[in-house]
Amino acid sequence: MNVHSDENSLREITRRHLFRDCRLGLGAIALGSLLKNEQAQAATELAGPLTARATHHPPKAKAVIYLFMAGGPSQLDLFADKPLLRKHHGQQPPKEFMEGKRFAFLKGTESLLGSAQRFAKYGECGQELSHQLPCHQKIVDDVCWLNGMKTDVFNHGPAKLFINTGSPQPGRPSMGSWVTYGIGSESNNLPGFVVLQSGPRGPRAGASLWSSGFLPTVHQGVPFRSGPEPILNLTSPAGVTRDRERQFVDAVSDLNRLKADVVGDPEIQTRISAYEMAYRMQSSAPELMDLSGEPQHVLDLYGATPGKPSFANNCLLARRMVERGVRFVQLYHTSWDHHGGPTENIEKHLPEMCKDVDQASAALILDLKQQGMLEDTIVVWGGEFGRTPMGEVREASGRDHHIDAYTMWVAGGGFKPGLVFGRSDDLGLSVVDGLTHVHDLQATILHQLGLNHARLTYRFQGRDFRLTDVHGRVVHEVLT
Amino acid sequence: MTCRFLPAVFTRYFLPFRYMLRSGILSISGILLLSGLLGQQLPAQDAAASRIDFGRDIRPILSNNCFRCHGPDDEKREADLRLDSFENATRDLGGHSAIKPGDVHASLALQRILSTDPDQKMPPESTGLKLTVREVELLKQWVQQGAEYQQHWAFRPIARPPEPAIDSKGISSGWPVNAIDRFVFAKLAPLNIQPSPEADRTTLIRRVYLDLTGLPPTVEDVERFVSDTSPDAYTTMVDHALASPHYGERWGRHWLDQARYADTNGYTIDSERSLWPFRDWVIRALNSDMPFDQFTVEQLAGDLLPQPTLDQLVASGFHRNTLINEEGGTDDEQFRNEAVVDRVNTTGAVWLGLTVGCAQCHTHKYDPLSHREYYQLFAFFNQGQDINTTEPVVQVPTTEQAQQLSEMEQKVADAKAAVAEYEDGSVTGSQLVDWTVVSVDSITSIGGALFETLEDQSLLASADNMANEKYTITFRSPRKNITAIRLETLTHPSLPANGPGRADNGNFVLNELTLQAQPQPATATATATATATATATATAPGDALHASWMYATADHSQRDYAVADAVDGKQETGWAINVPSGSLNVNRTAIFVMKVLPVSEGSQITVEMFFGPKPPAYNLGRFRLSVTSAPHSCLDVPDEERARLLAAQKSLEDARKNLTSQIPTTLIMGDLKTPRETNILVRGDFLRKGDVVQPAVPAVFPPLAEQGSGQPAENSETAASVRATRLDLARWLVDGRNPLTARVTVNRIWARYFGQGLVETENDFGLQGTPPTHPELLDWLASEFMQQGWSLKKLHRLIVTSATYRQSSNQRPDLRNSDPLNKLLARQVRLRVDAEVVRDLGLAVSGLLNNRIGGASVYPPQPDGVYAFTQRNAAWPVSQGADRYRRGLYTFFMRSAPYPMLTTFDTPRFDTTCTMRIRSNTPLQSLAMANDQSMLEIARALGKRIQHLSEGDSQSDGQGDSQRIQFAFRICFARPARPAEAQRLTAFLERLRQDLQSTPEEAAQVAGVETKADGSTSDTNVVESAAWTLLARTLLNLDEFIVRE
Repeated sequence: MNVHSDENSLREITRRHLFRDCRLGLGAIALGSLLKNEQAQAATELAGPLTARATHHPPKAKAVIYLFMAGGPSQLDLFADKPLLRKHHGQQPPKEFMEGKRFAFLKGTESLLGSAQRFAKYGECGQELSHQLPCHQKIVDDVCWLNGMKTDVFNHGPAKLFINTGSPQPGRPSMGSWVTYGIGSESNNLPGFVVLQSGPRGPRAGASLWSSGFLPTVHQGVPFRSGPEPILNLTSPAGVTRDRERQFVDAVSDLNRLKADVVGDPEIQTRISAYEMAYRMQSSAPELMDLSGEPQHVLDLYGATPGKPSFANNCLLARRMVERGVRFVQLYHTSWDHHGGPTENIEKHLPEMCKDVDQASAALILDLKQQGMLEDTIVVWGGEFGRTPMGEVREASGRDHHIDAYTMWVAGGGFKPGLVFGRSDDLGLSVVDGLTHVHDLQATILHQLGLNHARLTYRFQGRDFRLTDVHGRVVHEVLT
Repeated sequence: MTCRFLPAVFTRYFLPFRYMLRSGILSISGILLLSGLLGQQLPAQDAAASRIDFGRDIRPILSNNCFRCHGPDDEKREADLRLDSFENATRDLGGHSAIKPGDVHASLALQRILSTDPDQKMPPESTGLKLTVREVELLKQWVQQGAEYQQHWAFRPIARPPEPAIDSKGISSGWPVNAIDRFVFAKLAPLNIQPSPEADRTTLIRRVYLDLTGLPPTVEDVERFVSDTSPDAYTTMVDHALASPHYGERWGRHWLDQARYADTNGYTIDSERSLWPFRDWVIRALNSDMPFDQFTVEQLAGDLLPQPTLDQLVASGFHRNTLINEEGGTDDEQFRNEAVVDRVNTTGAVWLGLTVGCAQCHTHKYDPLSHREYYQLFAFFNQGQDINTTEPVVQVPTTEQAQQLSEMEQKVADAKAAVAEYEDGSVTGSQLVDWTVVSVDSITSIGGALFETLEDQSLLASADNMANEKYTITFRSPRKNITAIRLETLTHPSLPANGPGRADNGNFVLNELTLQAQPQPATATATATATATATATATAPGDALHASWMYATADHSQRDYAVADAVDGKQETGWAINVPSGSLNVNRTAIFVMKVLPVSEGSQITVEMFFGPKPPAYNLGRFRLSVTSAPHSCLDVPDEERARLLAAQKSLEDARKNLTSQIPTTLIMGDLKTPRETNILVRGDFLRKGDVVQPAVPAVFPPLAEQGSGQPAENSETAASVRATRLDLARWLVDGRNPLTARVTVNRIWARYFGQGLVETENDFGLQGTPPTHPELLDWLASEFMQQGWSLKKLHRLIVTSATYRQSSNQRPDLRNSDPLNKLLARQVRLRVDAEVVRDLGLAVSGLLNNRIGGASVYPPQPDGVYAFTQRNAAWPVSQGADRYRRGLYTFFMRSAPYPMLTTFDTPRFDTTCTMRIRSNTPLQSLAMANDQSMLEIARALGKRIQHLSEGDSQSDGQGDSQRIQFAFRICFARPARPAEAQRLTAFLERLRQDLQSTPEEAAQVAGVETKADGSTSDTNVVESAAWTLLARTLLNLDEFIVRE
């Protein structure tokens, strides 16, 4: 009833996996040396698919928390004061500025929209912030400001896919999947890549944003929902107590081992391990999600209330996940899509969104710093694109999607704190300095995790795919 | 994209990961592999005499290390040197050449490779590429032997290799069954490897059923097969499975993966689309064993076939499975372009097994496919009418609906005819109404007015103008059968403000108008009487006829004084003609239509006009009367009969519309009448247009057999428009000369049976793909496939009946070192079933399965909160009744939030084609199997099935338990439980019973039984039900349950 005695033979069998699993350039390696490494390889295999593992180069960071501002926040109302825009408010932008630019909804007749927000420069770095983000003043020198962001596509779905997967079409693995594929996970009772959601609805493009694409599904982002069952099917059926579940897992394992004795397939051992981990997740996930044990001052820092789903709760949960070894946590908050309609305008809804995220975003940085976790945790803040200097002609003030110049910020994990990097022109139409393309940001994040974006590839349908497609440059200027 | 091999350092880090692809997307160099396994085929390192095979030994080296800079891509070429063909490699470069056949020292390329000078050495260090000593040695030998280039194996015509002769001595019993086994054994024999023994019958039948139908055999199926002693027991069983309609479902699902079939449009809005009739077409086509060439043509170009049938149009939906972006503010041309790109790439992957997508942005780095050729392929698919739209679609009625529709069409036609007939019958003569002005015989006033007859036969009032006036006018009818009377009110200078009324402003209010008549003209004697007393009660001849008003109309009516009020029978209301602005003092006309009044010519008619009872007087000043016999239809009269007929027609038309709206539609392909111009897109960017190109196939392949088929006749006549069509391309793909389609297809089918293809890179038959492990077998199968008329069922039968297929899948210690990848096929493999089959298995063994085939997709229960993470909180109207238990392939597939159970078990998202699925093994799968609501329902049903196996056995009777456990094993695994297994389950069951006994409420929850207020339940032995539920749950969660052994 026990195949452990047979583990050595299982390890031998796993050479099959070795061959089948590595789609990589074995051509360069002689068969003999492969066989020599067999023991070590087999050991890793038996340890499980998400085992933490070696990187291309020494990593600066070991986890990522990505605060995804779904819809595209207006950099011109939050991070970039443009007096010239106010001066020419109501005028059409100069033609030569507009050449070659594409927009989703603008018809070409829209005029410039000066920001109504009050701006000032803060901290030693002097980053501009509008009065809508008061708490950001506290972290202004902890954060690396990327004011020269640029993306390629101007519709929500494709743009969200682009920053997550490097491609505007669905079907590619997302960054979190690439990361767990590249370096595994440090948690043995939680998924390596977790997704959280707050705001009125889920982000556009849905699950393809955290899909593992052609990578094995073990790398797929696992959505954690608020409530008692954060993971689908986590809870045992009614009447199945913890003890009965243990008996069940034991019976399943024993019977699986009996089968393995006969057929000798190492996949059975993997399945036995999977049931054990599922069993552990049943207690670890609810424990993780339960904020009631957090001290009041921490809850106050975030503005979190146990049991009441919010962006603030999710920020705190993200910290708890990273503490427990989760590699990549992505928080979506909807929606920043302020076009100017009755339910999506700058006057009313932008301030509401800011209120939702300002305090908790800052709190996350302060908390991580205090816990000594910021050093090796990368926190990313931003949307799929920015918003246009031109206003849209709708019921109230709003701006269209802008892909040529917007702001994101990154903190921790070896990104230079208090660096203001990149600048757009005086109207905010194009980047004039410190351009950071989405692929560059992806390459840089991978770099800090110890991964070379050009070498983190996966062969699918005859092609070696990577997160950054054939592009991307590590932006060393923003790294310590 | 990166099309290069990875440096060794990466390999070192990433080798160990067991969970990586199981799907054959590997690229282990053929050399390496063969050197380990099939050493006898390779030139031994020191055996200089042996012959180098270019395809096997040399091309991989050149392709991996040299072609990036010295290959087909013009843009990336260095030093103007190509090494991918003999002509180019041996070209005179001013007294020397890169390769000089037979002379290593004069071959510059070799000298650069051998160079120790870092500036000279090839490949350059910056590429991270490095040739091994062995590779260099192979290159030297190749040059010495004449540097022969051969066409890549997959691009060569398919030849039919002879079946190898094998020594029947010493071969396992039962070998060989057919040609497959001869090819396989021919590779095993020299290595002294025996094939594995045939799997036992229970394993075989479960394997065959799962492979061919995706459903487990029933206990009876197993018993029949196991006890069948006839020599053809196995083939009988196989034929039974192949004939099952579930075969079309299982293999249809494989095909639908490649078709990237889903039920929603994709991207962000991801709303529902109706394409399931295409899914059902695939199932039907496979069940009827439609030849694969026809299967191909109908799907790629069914719409272009002459007078396509509905089925052929539905089939053309294959390439309508592309995404549609419904988000606001999208550029439709951009997404149209993406759909076309996907069609090209999918066609390349599915039929040609080539990574044509690599050439979208630049010439393929390895395969002979230029950037231009990519857009020549693109041009075939660039003619679609769909522009990021659902249209074109076609309606697909069921037989019943078609019948109803045809009946309804007939009814509508009948109703229309009835209306037409009525109108024909009722309309006579001129449509112009012929009015006859009447000559008044007498007119009297009760208020003292006097009348003058003017020249135009109008009457002008004068003298007293009192309230409560009544004018009585008589005249002899100028016509028979009167249908209307016309009243013209006319101005006159003698009237106040010119009239036509006598009120101060010239207005009037005609409160009521009546008309009566004698049916016949009065006799001479009667005439006098009649003229004398124009009363309604005139004596003769016959009773008076009273006008029955149908309708009144006027060229103007004052507000609240409608003309109809003059014939409504009420004195209080009436017709007047004042106007809000301008002058009221104009001529007006009113027409009063009546039911046909059957008078004769000369019959006396009396008209009475009543004017307001109270002062001031609103009498009429000047007027004239006319009558007509024109039919009602000419009088714009609402005709009740006609109205009734029209209403009947409309209600039938509504019913037809309602019926039509219930008829499902499906997306189909349709080409533009005027072809769209195709440009090369620079770097694949749809905004950067390059040269114009025409549809054509890549030069490396045989040319198109036909050009211009399926074009509209008017186009094909002009010489300029004889352009190749999608239909030409489809026929070319299944032309016997095409070297790839048959090879790719048989290889992919092979891979579904053995876990990997004979060509491991089943989607890359190009230069970067792995060479076939059994090239002769591959070609023989491809050739046999075509020779058998592209019959898929014959191909399946051939493979499934081979001894190779029937082997045991148990691991073999003796092969662990020599053939860890099972390349030699000396055993079968264990394969975890696909996600849909996981569900099907559960439904089948629990007896819940509804095995209805086809129809709209269904919504089995799914965990709450699946849509918490999507933009659209889509409806998931959980199917009730039998639709709750349909096979997995009918589950509604929403691309942005697929059914969780499916994705957990690796169903892809179908955003792009999936030629081979991944097989992962994760904790989320464990949670789904253990806790999903559907699985719990299944566990309860299975538990009940086991528990009630033999009523009458006492509940805790040990013998009864062991029988039940054996029965459960047979249901779930087709085999009896081994003693150790039965023992473990019995112990488990015992413990469950004891444990549940003390917590009856929990037992009731497990069993899904309501507990009544008094603590009792409807189930007399709830503990027993709960125990069997949990035992069933355990069986469902065993690895073996979801594995094809």
